[in-house]
Amino acid sequence: MNPGNTTPQSRPEQGPPPTDKGKMALAGVLLMIPIVVLLWVPHYAKVEPTLWGFPFFFWYQFLWVFICSGLTYTAYRLTLSARGRTTHKVGEDR
Amino acid sequence: MTPQLTVMASDTSGINGVALTVLIVLFLIVTVAGFMASRFRRADSLESLEEWGLGGRSFGTWITWFLLGGDLYTAYTFVAVPAAMFATGAVAGFFAVPYTIILYPIIFIFMARLWSVSHRHGYVTTADFVRGRYDDRTLSLAVAVTGFVATMPYIALQLVGIQAVLEVAGLGGGDNIIAKDAPLFIAFAVLAAYTYSSGLRAPAVIAFVKDILIYLVIIVAIVYLPGQVGGWEAIFGAAQDKMDANNAAAVEAGLPPSSSFVPGSGAFWAYATLALGSAMALFMYPHSITASLSSNSRNTIRRNASILPAYSFVLGLLALLGWVAIAAGTQPIGLDGEANAQLVIPQLFEDMFPAWFAGVAFAAIAIGALVPAAIMSIAAANTFSRNIYKEWLKKDATPAQEAKVSKLMSLLVKAFALIFVLTLDKQNAINFQLLGGIWMMQTFPVIVFSLFTRWFHRYGLLLGWAVGMVYGTIEAYQVVNPVTGKHFGGSLGLIPGIEEMGYIAVTAFVLNVVVAVVVSAICNAMKVSNGKDETIPFDYFADADDPRVQKDLEDHSTHGQAYGDPDDVPGNAPAR
Repeated sequence: MNPGNTTPQSRPEQGPPPTDKGKMALAGVLLMIPIVVLLWVPHYAKVEPTLWGFPFFFWYQFLWVFICSGLTYTAYRLTLSARGRTTHKVGEDR
Repeated sequence: MTPQLTVMASDTSGINGVALTVLIVLFLIVTVAGFMASRFRRADSLESLEEWGLGGRSFGTWITWFLLGGDLYTAYTFVAVPAAMFATGAVAGFFAVPYTIILYPIIFIFMARLWSVSHRHGYVTTADFVRGRYDDRTLSLAVAVTGFVATMPYIALQLVGIQAVLEVAGLGGGDNIIAKDAPLFIAFAVLAAYTYSSGLRAPAVIAFVKDILIYLVIIVAIVYLPGQVGGWEAIFGAAQDKMDANNAAAVEAGLPPSSSFVPGSGAFWAYATLALGSAMALFMYPHSITASLSSNSRNTIRRNASILPAYSFVLGLLALLGWVAIAAGTQPIGLDGEANAQLVIPQLFEDMFPAWFAGVAFAAIAIGALVPAAIMSIAAANTFSRNIYKEWLKKDATPAQEAKVSKLMSLLVKAFALIFVLTLDKQNAINFQLLGGIWMMQTFPVIVFSLFTRWFHRYGLLLGWAVGMVYGTIEAYQVVNPVTGKHFGGSLGLIPGIEEMGYIAVTAFVLNVVVAVVVSAICNAMKVSNGKDETIPFDYFADADDPRVQKDLEDHSTHGQAYGDPDDVPGNAPAR
């Protein structure tokens, strides 16, 4: 997608594989979102609004289990497409 | 309240025959499965750490999911998290949920790199990696000893989990010390035997049974129980009343209010740092690394990062069962007649369910203790044989000798844990485990930073580690339990500069990183040697089908000795 980002290496098979840095950065942002949100406790440490009798504090964190899972999976797909396969034959030209 | 307690205690002290029978039958099934496990994905020989200690690095996405789930969400977690909710509320108990949510993005970032470099160089432990990255035996030893020592009390706590179940089932009473502890002793002897014979394959197979039982029990409980005690509004109402009453009583007795329904403004830092610190420390533990490295590709662990949160959801539900117990009026009274919050979940099941289902629940917790105890003892044993025995005692040890030392060590580690629990106060195991978490986090810079950069200097990392360990231990010692007056009363301390309560591990970690940065900058400026790096950038991306890895592994198995480097490709693993 953006071949200009690959780092030239004297022996290509020794360096990191060609990587789409934009996609990797996006994956990094997706991974940071749940960490930042859940560590920012003041915005969710409250009782209202309740849902099916659950105070906000509890159902909101349960909700983030699913959001985080989705974000992590998206990040996984992104890293796969950003890097392609990470293996190659010895001496293979890329 | 007091007279009612004694009545309840006499009601529950008898042996629950049906529950106990179900527990024993399920335990026997698991025992057979554990011994049969050596045939699972059969290898030619189990006489190497690759096979015995890592299951041949062959586990796919689903086996890894069960194995890691069985490994991380231990019996002690299942006993202690609801117990904390029951006793002091959301800050001490429910932080486990954000902790196990943010855990997965964190491991997503570094675990694939660790998997690749370990696969490429045959590393079995994190200390192996540190040794290869800096060629520094001292730094590697620091990581190995921290992991080994921190794992011991964790194994002991698994016994505390089994004890809680046996106690509610009515076993373990009486004055005769042999009869009292015989069930626990038998359970652990069986565990030790099949771990010895099957290695990591045993917990991998048992984890299926354990996790299915746990999911079954918790889902049934969470669907059925709220209706029995008046619905969720009643449950949260009862919890709020209890926490308010606790705090009022604490203030009256001149103590700081420490219970919480929803964290108040004074507890934000505590809640956030407990979640962050625990998440960063968990995958430094040898047993988490062992389960991760046993997967069959670098992407298995990343795929798992998006499906493992299923366990976090269940853990959250389980935490809330601690509050269901408040609404149900559960009285967790031990066989010695004293209140013990650790018994609340087994007691809730015995009170609210027919005996046979209580037996299934007891079995889920007891078997839930066996899986992590097996993996932890394997991981601690691998650390010992690789990074202490081979590195310091017998440098020319063959893979077969390494495996033999590991197997014997796995027995010793378990024996030690058993003695620990039987002879010392349970509280000691809990205190040491809290301390263990603080210690493990101090190895985070050495392991994770080194996966990405060699800017940090080995002396800086070592000094940072030492400062973090000393600071964390002293701070934890100074936490005095306001009721009993004993040291190591908790893991929260005042954060200097912020003046709020926070997890000591995180404060120590910040100090650790500051020292590491300053010393590294000085050492780099003075051009002090940073050791020889045996890895190359590509190693951190290598996957399972990499031809060079295949070749290394073949050399390993045919020659039965250290890896060769036949074509002189720089970065191929040199002889270790």
